Amino acid sequence: MSATEQLARPRPADAAARAIWDIAATVVDPEVPVLTIEDLGVLRSVRETNDGVVVQITPTYSGCPAVDAMRDDIVGALAGQGIPARVEVVLSPAWTTDWLSDDGRRKLGEYGIAAPVPRRTDGVVSLGLGVRCPNCGSLHTRESSHFGSTSCKALYVCQRCLEPFDYFKEH
Amino acid sequence: MKTSHVVSTAITPESIVAAGAVAPEAVARYALGLGDDALVLAQRLGEWIAHAPELEEDVALGNIGLDQLGHARSLLSYAASAWETDEDRLAYFRGEAEFRNRQLFEQPNGDFAQTIARQLIASAYFRALYRALSSSADPTLAAIAAKAVKEVDYHLDHSVQWLERLGLGTSYSHGRMQRGLDAMWPFVDELFSQDAAAEGLDGVAVDPASLRAAFDELVPALVERADLTVPGVPQARGGGRDGDHSESLGPLLAEMQVLARQHPGATW
Repeated sequence: MSATEQLARPRPADAAARAIWDIAATVVDPEVPVLTIEDLGVLRSVRETNDGVVVQITPTYSGCPAVDAMRDDIVGALAGQGIPARVEVVLSPAWTTDWLSDDGRRKLGEYGIAAPVPRRTDGVVSLGLGVRCPNCGSLHTRESSHFGSTSCKALYVCQRCLEPFDYFKEH
Repeated sequence: MKTSHVVSTAITPESIVAAGAVAPEAVARYALGLGDDALVLAQRLGEWIAHAPELEEDVALGNIGLDQLGHARSLLSYAASAWETDEDRLAYFRGEAEFRNRQLFEQPNGDFAQTIARQLIASAYFRALYRALSSSADPTLAAIAAKAVKEVDYHLDHSVQWLERLGLGTSYSHGRMQRGLDAMWPFVDELFSQDAAAEGLDGVAVDPASLRAAFDELVPALVERADLTVPGVPQARGGGRDGDHSESLGPLLAEMQVLARQHPGATW
């Protein structure tokens, strides 16, 4: 597992904690329901304490309203397995789209949302390549709005097939 | 990649409150001012929803307001931890003179160009502020700032794109953009004026005056690149951090607070 992958998805080594992690990891983003919170890199840690399990998640954006739904869903998923839990929302380290899993990027595309163009920070600065249309695959696309239906998306339109589509902003 | 980042620490206000930790009194007073700046701007931006020149801008200004509201919630929750209260009581049950926001943020939206001018000034200021604050010795303030800085970078980009379109567009759009800058510029100096709550918090708070150079390096050049003029207008007297406000804040608070005050404790 690469260092980035370990940072993005610190799945515990301990078997008991890992079992809890795996239950929490089934919860999906309510606004992009093809992605689990593990795919997103939003699930940060689980730990057992004397008064139950504590799950930490991090918001994608400071004001993201999906956080409240995720919190309820995590508590519900664990309660379904007889595990009382509470959720802490942590801001640090700040979430980045580098934490999206490769699987998550593929699922986004299949869902009709263009995945963010990955950013490399460990080498020379990469050029900003075009955003690929998730409908026809063309790179001949343009941004039609800097902001989209949720904090994490921008609006694009394909110049070839003329379809508008969401782009998951690189962040 | 720093390996120290692998260890995630619980730093949100709510987890701090849950863990029984509180903000030191002096830090809470500082966070209150910053939180009020973000809250009041968020409320102003929300007024654009369904009124912007195009649907995309309803969405854009709403999203920027949502980010600001996120910053406000973190900062006010942290401040509230010092006083055994919560973010909602601070937002909904304080009067006008108890608000500590700088006056720029309460200024009316005006036309779209005036809002873009306010956003340009605000985003450039926040960018400098949160960059500096992300190395605060207070871990909660540092974490809130590190999260916010990426967001306000994007907000700045949005306002610069419109500054250029309007400034370099038609003579009519150019005139409207210049009038927007002229209307908002009197509130620039206050952003960098003394903040009594920041004093004595060396290494924790950011001295507002220290942010002026970064603003001056960035904003006048952006204005001139858009073929506009940095206004040579007199500066307003300021005093927002002491509870002195323009006549615009009262009606804003009335709209923001009315529901919570008429139905205390209401949830949905």
